Amino acid sequence: MYDAKRLKEIEEASAAWAKKTAELLERRPERDKTFQTLSEIPVGRCYTPLSQAGLDYLEDLGFPGSHPYTRGVQPTMYRGRFWTMRQYAGFASAEESNKRYKYLLKQGQTGLSVAFDLPTQIGYDSDHPLAQGEVGKVGVAIDSLMDMEALFDGIPLNRVSTSMTINAPAAVLLAMYVETAAKQGASPETLKGTIQNDILKEYAARGTYIFPPAPSMRIITDIFAFCSQYIPRWNTISISGYHIREAGSTAVQEVAFTLANGIAYVEAALRAGLKVDDFAPRLSFFFNAHMDFFEEIAKFRAARRLWARIMKERFGAKLPKSLMLRFHTQTAGCTLTAQQPQNNVMRVTLQALSAVLGGTQSLHTNSMDEAFSLPSEDAVQIALRTQQIIAFESGVPNTVDPLGGSFYVECLTDEIVQRAQTYLDQIDEQGGAVAAIEQGFIQKEIQESAYAYQRAVESGRQVVVGLNKFKQDEAPLRNFLRVEPAVKESQEAKLEQLKARRDNTAVRGALEKLKGCAQGTDNLMPPIMEAVKCYATLGEICDTLRAVFGEYTAVSTL
Amino acid sequence: MTKKNIRVLAAKPGLDGHDRGIKVICYALRDAGMEVIYTGLRQTPEQIVQAAIEEDVDVIAMSVLSGAHDYLFPRVMKLLSQAGAHDVLVIGGGIIPEEDIPRLKEAGMKAIFGPGTPTSETVRFIQENVRR
Repeated sequence: MYDAKRLKEIEEASAAWAKKTAELLERRPERDKTFQTLSEIPVGRCYTPLSQAGLDYLEDLGFPGSHPYTRGVQPTMYRGRFWTMRQYAGFASAEESNKRYKYLLKQGQTGLSVAFDLPTQIGYDSDHPLAQGEVGKVGVAIDSLMDMEALFDGIPLNRVSTSMTINAPAAVLLAMYVETAAKQGASPETLKGTIQNDILKEYAARGTYIFPPAPSMRIITDIFAFCSQYIPRWNTISISGYHIREAGSTAVQEVAFTLANGIAYVEAALRAGLKVDDFAPRLSFFFNAHMDFFEEIAKFRAARRLWARIMKERFGAKLPKSLMLRFHTQTAGCTLTAQQPQNNVMRVTLQALSAVLGGTQSLHTNSMDEAFSLPSEDAVQIALRTQQIIAFESGVPNTVDPLGGSFYVECLTDEIVQRAQTYLDQIDEQGGAVAAIEQGFIQKEIQESAYAYQRAVESGRQVVVGLNKFKQDEAPLRNFLRVEPAVKESQEAKLEQLKARRDNTAVRGALEKLKGCAQGTDNLMPPIMEAVKCYATLGEICDTLRAVFGEYTAVSTL
Repeated sequence: MTKKNIRVLAAKPGLDGHDRGIKVICYALRDAGMEVIYTGLRQTPEQIVQAAIEEDVDVIAMSVLSGAHDYLFPRVMKLLSQAGAHDVLVIGGGIIPEEDIPRLKEAGMKAIFGPGTPTSETVRFIQENVRR
């Protein structure tokens, strides 16, 4: 970006500056001998035009909304519209969660994000023996279409966009959502939202898998095909680095493993006979916003550049939308401390700001009490206000990619691209993400990073304010949100009533049909839709599929 | 003659998939010279107790972050007691509200470690309290 003569002059000045600084260091040493990011990328003293002499503006950055989308996926970004403010919420019963959604919408939230309880995420009804102790705890319990109807009662699904954190049984919950919307009079082509539907990171980092990889990939590509035809505005998958990072990975690993999973989904869909530009525009992503401010911004920018190149060069995608990495961000739950919890508000603010500077499409800000429990209403309000202050007061959203061209941020972006690419090559050599997970490679990489971080915290090398430095005695926090065990009983009662009331012959017929379809190769979505419509339960549908597909057994990595 | 190493069963009861903490504990206990058997995810209380007895462990370390500890931990304690395994030191960790701890201790658990606990503290607790 500079002519050779000027660069030469800068080089000379830089050498002189380095010499002078070295003399100063004798008297005033720096805080540390070396500095590094959280991903252990070395951080230099000061970045200059020399650090990015190899940068090609048009090739590597481009303009916002143009290849390789390093600066953002839209030409105007937040000058047009702010990111979607979307707080992940859900607990206890559908009725209780419905109240929380209405509260959040009233507070100015612009999209919904549904948290399901673990039995729902693993395809068990609330009365299943393995659901004991778990019903309604980490999210809302959904056993049938009846619960889904109650969840969105009075919320117009043709106007609000909804994200659902659901993976192994995503097809079933999507079918319930489409049917609930239909009952409200909203047709599928008007629906906007996202299902997470990312099974690979469940095997690697999050744990709510049901079926083995092959049938799981089939369900996912069936969803791609079905949605491209009937629910064209729906994000069919949210390929998630969030949980990989929460499980302990570095920023570089987060990008690499997420994109490796993305590549595996694209390859599976191509093998299933889909055309890349038919499904790629509806792929979306989900990243973590962690503590190392500039590294996070660089991470988001690096992920966009890498994905655009992968889609264009490796998969020959033509549509601009196929090349754009659109993503949701959540601030890092694992950085929240139980000690001095109010400090978490500041952590979340910095993380949220990095997501906005990194060009996120939607954002969840964690609440300060989440190291203890699900967030209280007061805590979630502060978290949402944090986003609103960044949006309306800080001025940050008024220009696109304000850190573009920063010597440091551009260097870090390049560095993350290169380091993630090294991992991607390694995973390709192992036969792709599915094979790498089956061999335990990705899990081991993540857990080793987690332990390295823990040791850094315990040795004091990594400071966590209030935890290993600036500690103080404090009274234990009380008055958390608690989910009462009565939720399980009421879900069980609802299930019993439902099974007495519905047309059980129709349910049996629909499940038989689903079984036949699962044994063959037809798209699974139509028989799932049919089963949902006659109020077959989530557990019944998943059990039908379990009987055909079997269940996944995790590989041991310890 | 050298003393036998402390044997620990690291377990994830219930449906919770958060295994960062338990895996870090596994590494730390191994680095402290203990033998650690990790159950993996989604273990029922029955499976945990059976594994503890088969593996003849001195310690069971359980982790739950889903809020299901209030059912799962006491259930493990009850089954252990029914199996006559009274000597096993049982500890737990995860997202456990302070107010739940007395009840878990009444059920026979010896310690609950919350978020932010250094692994060195868990190691020391095991070394000082294990009964062999």
